[in-house]
Amino acid sequence: MTWNSTTYSGWGRALKAKGEIARPERQGALEACLSDGLLPACGMRRSYGDAALNDGGRLIDMTRLDRMLGFDPETGILEVEAGARIGDIAAAFAPRGWLPAVMPGTGLATVGGCIAQDVHGKNHHHIGSFCQHVVALRLRQAKGTVAVSPDKTPDLFRATAGGLGQTGIILSARIRLIPCKGDVMVVTERRIEDWDQHLALLDASTATYTVGWIDATATGAALGRGILEEGETGAGLVPKRVSTRRVPLDAPAFALSGPVVRAFNAAYYRRVPARGRTVVKPIADFFFPLDKIHDWNRLYGKRGFHQFQCVVPLAAAPALRQMLESVAASGLASPLAVLKRMGPGRAGFLSFPMEGYTLAVDFPNRDEARALIARLQAMTAAAGGRIYFAKDSLARGTDAAAMYPELADWRAQVAKADPGRRLATDMVRRLNLRSEA
Amino acid sequence: MSDTWIILGATSSMARAFARKAAASGAAVLLAGRDQPDIAILAEDCRLRGARLAEALPFDARAPEGFAPLIDRLTREEGRLNAAVFVGSMPPQSAIDADPALIDGTVTDSFTGPARFLQLFAPLVEARAGGTVVGVGSVAGDRGRIGNYVYGSAKAGFHTYLSGLRNRLTRAGGHVVTVKPGFVDTSMTWGLPGMFLVASPEAVADDIWKAVTKRKNVIYTPFFWRFIMLIIRHIPEFIFKKMKI
Repeated sequence: MTWNSTTYSGWGRALKAKGEIARPERQGALEACLSDGLLPACGMRRSYGDAALNDGGRLIDMTRLDRMLGFDPETGILEVEAGARIGDIAAAFAPRGWLPAVMPGTGLATVGGCIAQDVHGKNHHHIGSFCQHVVALRLRQAKGTVAVSPDKTPDLFRATAGGLGQTGIILSARIRLIPCKGDVMVVTERRIEDWDQHLALLDASTATYTVGWIDATATGAALGRGILEEGETGAGLVPKRVSTRRVPLDAPAFALSGPVVRAFNAAYYRRVPARGRTVVKPIADFFFPLDKIHDWNRLYGKRGFHQFQCVVPLAAAPALRQMLESVAASGLASPLAVLKRMGPGRAGFLSFPMEGYTLAVDFPNRDEARALIARLQAMTAAAGGRIYFAKDSLARGTDAAAMYPELADWRAQVAKADPGRRLATDMVRRLNLRSEA
Repeated sequence: MSDTWIILGATSSMARAFARKAAASGAAVLLAGRDQPDIAILAEDCRLRGARLAEALPFDARAPEGFAPLIDRLTREEGRLNAAVFVGSMPPQSAIDADPALIDGTVTDSFTGPARFLQLFAPLVEARAGGTVVGVGSVAGDRGRIGNYVYGSAKAGFHTYLSGLRNRLTRAGGHVVTVKPGFVDTSMTWGLPGMFLVASPEAVADDIWKAVTKRKNVIYTPFFWRFIMLIIRHIPEFIFKKMKI
């Protein structure tokens, strides 16, 4: 097996690691990579920070172990290798009336990555998190392969769901697909004028899929304005998806400067007529809007960017409003900002979701933005909320411990699952997740 | 018209991507290669993506006695028969310099093995008056250079063979597509220094599939390699021999 010696990063490109990566294309080749012992694994590295980095060490890239292993149309349960991508599964199955129960905001995420972060989608308030629809998985641990399921090995399962890959290499999983009408989305878009209306509409939405785009540069009376998107699956014909574009080079810093973003956001807001509209689009355009632009992270230039995402309990909505005020006043936000209502569904000790509201905002990697994110993290902790490991690249160990009350249970399981500490990643080390600080 | 594709060297990532395209079109796919357990996994994957039928079959370019059973298996399928050849091997030139016996294996894998198979396959195309052969060569076959001239010369031989086969099968209504990929992100190129403008196997498979439906003769993939190789082929030999590219 060839080891590729390289410098690599997560999706945010702000944190980097140097090391060797192998990318086995067959299960036999994976075993050959592990002949000297277990190693951490990564997927498409769509986590923004350092969850998939192992600076100074080796890493297994699982993206070529991406095959579908079996499907039972009676139960809708699909077995796939961990490197299979959510968007590929959706593209193959939606025309036949099935979709993964939970799909994150990018179809390029792998099933293994979705498990390791226990991701959520635009239907979290109805259906819960990704791992609540994982009925079984196979883990490669130091002594060999073990079968894990929520009913037979509940503790190991809860440590693996959202467990950042620390219980073993996820080889394959059996995930539940849900019936859909077809590979088309019927989407209703309407303008939201301010913060109070935003929360009210999110609370009142009965749609299967709901998400709110938020203009994180609007201040004053317009604070919290945005667009509510509500989607249902449908069948029929839609224009073909436009072919993907690629961002060919790192953009200069002014590309996402304050005035540019404010102008873009204002135009984006007015794109939807004041009376709202209903549009029909290909399924991928609704679920994975940014996948159309390859390497869009390069728009932030070579310094990269950070995404701040937190969830706070329903009652802490005023605290979230204060956070948005800080963001809007800073003038640092990018066009990518999302507000969503979450249900209580979560599957693991370190799963992100809790019943409440979640806010996600991107920032270019600059000193002021890092200082702002530190303040936002403190406000999140004070509000009884938590930050999302899939997005974080700046928190410290003490922050994480306070936000994740089941961390001790997770540590106990991980200590048993990987006693040799072979699977630690940069994120696990930065946040002292596996041992007390 | 029901199509059947036999795909040789099915464990390669380019072949996998191509097999998935064929599967999504509803064709039957016969996946042939050495690692049977791995190919069985791909066969199930192709079934789930819509293949009318998907089967794993043994194929080793260095074991020609195994070719006839594949042909027998193919003749049991009705409709149009097609073949796509993704086999080849590229040992480092330095390894070949140390052990010239490696040349035989390289040429067998990349040229004479697949050519012997296609000699048996060609009569099926003629008998059924249709069908396509896809032969994957390489831009390395367009000009010999210090870095991989044994692999390059094997591919050059294969290109010439495909050209002749096209000449033969066209008369019977068949077709041959010669594919010359540039740098593709496969296990063969993983970790090699000096890679640039690397294409994904999926993008290459898309190009091949389009070339099949449009009955193209020779394609470069990605397309811009046609221009890169046009320049490289036209560098005068007295200059080229001193270059290291």
